[in-house]
Amino acid sequence: MKRLLPAWAGAPRLDPVLLFLLMLIIGFGLFILYSASGQDMAMVNRQAMRLGFGLVIMMIISQVPPRVLRAWTPWLYGLGVAMLLATLVLGVGRSTQRWLDFGVLRFQPSELMKLAVPMMVAWYLHSRVLPPDWKSTGVVLGILLIPTLLIYRQPDLGTALLVAASGMFTLYLAGLRWRVLFGFAGLATAAAPVLWLVMKEYQRNRVRTFLNPEADPLGHGWNIIQSKIAVGSGGLTGKGWLNGTQSNLEFIPERHTDFILAVLSEELGLLGVSLLMLTYLLVIGRGLYIASIARDTGSRLLAGALSLTLFVYVLVNGGMVSGVLPVVGVPLPLISYGGTSAVTLLAGFGMMMSIYGHRKFITR
Amino acid sequence: MISYKGHRAIKDERDERRLFEHRAWVGFICIVLCLLGLLGRYVWLQVFAFDSFTTRSENNRVTVRPVVPNRGVIYDRRGRVIAENRPAYRLEIVPEMVPGKLSGLDALLDELTALVDLSEDERKAFHQSRRNYRLFDSVPLKFNLNENEVARFAVNRHRFHGVDVVPYLSRYYPYGELLTHVLGYTGRLDEDDISSVDEGNYRGTRTIGKIGIEKFQEKELHGESGFERVETNVRGRVLKVLERKDAIPGTDLVLSIDVAVQQAAWDALGDRPGSVVAIDPVDGSVIALVSKPGYDPNLFVGGISQKAYHEILDTPGRPLFNRALNGGYEPGSTLKPFVGLAGLELGLVTPETRVFSNGNFYIQGYDRPYRDWKDMGHGWVDIRSALEQSVNTYFYQLAMDMGIDRMHDYLAQFGFGSVTGIDVPGEGKGLLPSREWKRAVLEEPWYPGETVIAGIGQGFNVVTPLQLANAVSALVNGGTRYAPRLLYAAKPAGIAKAKRVEAPVALQIPVRDPQGWQTILDGMELVVNGSRGTARSVAKDAHFRTGGKTGTAQVYQLKAGKKGDQSNIPEHLRDHAWFIAFAPVDAPRIAIAVVVEHGGGGSTAAAPVARLTLDAWLDQELERETPP
Repeated sequence: MKRLLPAWAGAPRLDPVLLFLLMLIIGFGLFILYSASGQDMAMVNRQAMRLGFGLVIMMIISQVPPRVLRAWTPWLYGLGVAMLLATLVLGVGRSTQRWLDFGVLRFQPSELMKLAVPMMVAWYLHSRVLPPDWKSTGVVLGILLIPTLLIYRQPDLGTALLVAASGMFTLYLAGLRWRVLFGFAGLATAAAPVLWLVMKEYQRNRVRTFLNPEADPLGHGWNIIQSKIAVGSGGLTGKGWLNGTQSNLEFIPERHTDFILAVLSEELGLLGVSLLMLTYLLVIGRGLYIASIARDTGSRLLAGALSLTLFVYVLVNGGMVSGVLPVVGVPLPLISYGGTSAVTLLAGFGMMMSIYGHRKFITR
Repeated sequence: MISYKGHRAIKDERDERRLFEHRAWVGFICIVLCLLGLLGRYVWLQVFAFDSFTTRSENNRVTVRPVVPNRGVIYDRRGRVIAENRPAYRLEIVPEMVPGKLSGLDALLDELTALVDLSEDERKAFHQSRRNYRLFDSVPLKFNLNENEVARFAVNRHRFHGVDVVPYLSRYYPYGELLTHVLGYTGRLDEDDISSVDEGNYRGTRTIGKIGIEKFQEKELHGESGFERVETNVRGRVLKVLERKDAIPGTDLVLSIDVAVQQAAWDALGDRPGSVVAIDPVDGSVIALVSKPGYDPNLFVGGISQKAYHEILDTPGRPLFNRALNGGYEPGSTLKPFVGLAGLELGLVTPETRVFSNGNFYIQGYDRPYRDWKDMGHGWVDIRSALEQSVNTYFYQLAMDMGIDRMHDYLAQFGFGSVTGIDVPGEGKGLLPSREWKRAVLEEPWYPGETVIAGIGQGFNVVTPLQLANAVSALVNGGTRYAPRLLYAAKPAGIAKAKRVEAPVALQIPVRDPQGWQTILDGMELVVNGSRGTARSVAKDAHFRTGGKTGTAQVYQLKAGKKGDQSNIPEHLRDHAWFIAFAPVDAPRIAIAVVVEHGGGGSTAAAPVARLTLDAWLDQELERETPP
């Protein structure tokens, strides 16, 4: 019976649990997007197409053994850095230079780095002795700082943050000593005033607004105030799907992209938010589980880092929408409207599934 | 427990795995704690602060309203109001409150047409500006409603949900077309404008300075928006003002323009297109800046209709064109004082140097004659009499001796060929030719004949009336070339006394020999007061002594060697008439440039305009200085 099918079709290397959780989030996302887009079915279809494309990418990657992925890693990383440099020189986009235009396809190289950086760090640490010594740590920092700074220059603070975090998480999971980790954290805190000085004016405005949104309720503080009102007025069970006044009257800015969680909170209430958070937590947990049963060091580190990075997405976006973190452009994973971020995320999950499919078999 | 036992040289797979699992667990627990913390924030917002946010959400549509600052009033130098704000009514629509929302808008506009006069343009403008506002913002539909429209709408108001008549202050220019080319006007804030201003500050503002002073001083005039937090019912009626931050009104501005002088110059020009620019050489302030014809700026304030706009476009003489700032004319003989000064300062001639004029001038080796305006010439002349009688031969010779490059460099100091730096947008540069310019732009070498005619301001030279007036100002005040200023003083809100604004000095022109400068002024005095002066009519019955210089800008080149009687050629081919002047000669208080398009000779067409303008200024100025 099995012989009639090609070998790969007979044993698709997909993790059913992870797949189920992802489909849950995606379904939830499209459902809420219909409301957030002002009941624009065309927009929902467009997003569904993109997600479908992302899922195909995920399926394809999941069939590639981790060993092969690892062999590609330095090339992918090199390509990513080269494209970031190219974006700096000839990028398209309004005031920021995030996009690279290939004619048919507009592409955001910084998005690629969200995968390439943890992959590269995992690739490097794969054959080293762990926990990493000073030399390895230094090399890893180099690997993640180059793209981070390039992305920050674009300027795209949100993505730079995510890329740096993904690299740091790999280091953490590789067992970098606690005191060194705390040392880095201390350094980062000390560097905050320096960061303020090199920030762009619009970034400073975001921080100022975050600290005191009520000072400028019609200007820069508008987003945060309206988003908080949307969340707060949602209550326990929400105003009901399609019934959010804040979102339907366009009080919420970017309501279908970065602030879609505000729409969800308003319409589905604390209940909806909790369910979503729980689902994300399960995905992260599943990801860490996959990491723990991975066959080799590189795969383990990669799967772990990707899971932890997902958490940063959720935390930063959730914090921004509820007004506890400044507004940086971090989307809500798999739910915010937009193609590139979703495809990257799904490609990452594809790698996890590949790692799952090539796990070590402890017992039968 | 995990323990680190120093550095190990070999990878230990089992150790690494245990280390990883430990890290993963710690990480996962941290994540759970963080997400619980985040959820706590949502619990706080959605459970504990639920009531207050629900209230805010319900009252949201009008919780915060912008308080629009009053636009600064503009005065002339004597305190006359030249731009003010008048109470008016406009019709506004809140799209979100219209039945059927966006899709119901067109039907609503159709119904409104029965009550107020709505043009296709206004409907288009409304739909355009609607995109700049949020759904619940009030979008202006029609400005400056008349009394009938207000009354008709008031009676029918109950039929129109989401539509309201809003009182506001409308810009008004009491002097109409007289000052348009100075003040500009304000118009409906459009998409392009919004991208150039701080959107938060313009949230409630509906109009913005489009050209002229209104545009240049937009930031000062606008002021800073305030806001008020108001409690409202569902219909949007304000029940209570909870908090208010007042707007900071725009700065009141005093312009250096004297409306009486402006009016005198305007009237003196009569029906002819032309321009008059008068500058106080003492401080570089602009006393009059006339460009004729003008147009009524008040038509633009509420949004001009296509029909009215086309009417202006079709008016002969191009009323929209600002001749004072942007009109490029050949300077003709008005350039002679500057060329003469260049000769003296460069040491090419002395006040005593004499040249014989027999009516024709030849460059060695060429047969083409360069003519004097008088057939038999003027005989022996020095620089003073050369200016007095406008003797071309003198300046032909001087220009040849000087060469075009030295002429260019010296005249550039007076601002020819570059913008003056006046404080309104859209000023032209004119053209001061040089060998280098011709090679770069026309890709041709420079010919000696071109130097000859450049000496009398012909050929490639182009000046604007403003440039010429400013050059005269620098000539008569001893070489201080100001960047002229229309803004004379500014009175920010809350400050009792207006603060004087000084014109910046663009260039202090070096003076080699003050005697030479005086010689030029003496020559110009002779133009008006000498027995053979070309503008003797200006001196008639004057209370003050004037210096000046006539000039002609050629429009149509007569055949070489042929004298033209201007009255025989069609008007649109007649020469432009120039007159530059300053007065009183011993302590100049005004420097002026007048151009009358197709006016023919400078002495007949332009000089009388200058005289009337000088009178308007000096009669009151001199009176003020000598109390009875």
